[in-house]
Amino acid sequence: MWYVLISVGILACAILAISAKRLLISAIWLAVTSALVALMLFLLGAPQIAVIELSVGAGLVTVLFVFAINISGEEVMGLRSALPLPLVWTSIVLAAGLVIFFIVRSLGFVQFPDVSGGFGAGVLWQERYLDFLLQVVLILAGVLGVIGLLTHSKDAHIAEDKA
Amino acid sequence: MNLPIPFIVLLAVLSLAGTGFYCLLFTRNLIKVVVALQLIVKGVVLAFVLAGHLVQNVSLAQTMAITVIVADTIVAVIGLALAVQIRLHTGSLDLKELSNLKR
Repeated sequence: MWYVLISVGILACAILAISAKRLLISAIWLAVTSALVALMLFLLGAPQIAVIELSVGAGLVTVLFVFAINISGEEVMGLRSALPLPLVWTSIVLAAGLVIFFIVRSLGFVQFPDVSGGFGAGVLWQERYLDFLLQVVLILAGVLGVIGLLTHSKDAHIAEDKA
Repeated sequence: MNLPIPFIVLLAVLSLAGTGFYCLLFTRNLIKVVVALQLIVKGVVLAFVLAGHLVQNVSLAQTMAITVIVADTIVAVIGLALAVQIRLHTGSLDLKELSNLKR
């Protein structure tokens, strides 16, 4: 019961931390998240790391954040992506689908077909599927990086036209 | 509904990492980027201790988690220092201001 309450609290505080308009509020919600994570670490039987997480995560890092925000000043900036929005939403949907797939697979509600037909398929999809997934993610990251390097922003075109 | 404890903690880990990655994808504020990295690393620390809890070897997991926390604190310090310097140089915390290589 406690675990469920703390998990919900962690999720709520994390969402509040990333959606707060003011940076100072965001830092404070991050500190609350850190305190809840420390509580969960304590319940899991790791009191030393809980104390360190509480003192470093909720104490030191918050002080650093407040210090940096004071120096650089509050600059209210909404959640506006530097990447094109369809790309962002596609990757979010893909990631959510993967997470749901792994949860369903680990719970064993649905029996997936046995793919031990050939040597390649069995090794790739059953023994080394995590490596395979990582390679896919790495290649995707490389492609995204190349796209980001090669695309011109609209502002740059306008500036070039004026010049 | 009676969920097992590791499953609940795993959901907390996934929610921390998910919100962190979401913020990394969406935000353009440099300090928000550091906040997102902090969220992801909190999830990682929780996952380490959960793994130690599952294999009955919490001390090894705590050693790993301490290393991660120290590295993460250093990353936060350097990231915030970079953000302050960039703010002083460019007058803005916007990530778009930094990408002037392709213009």
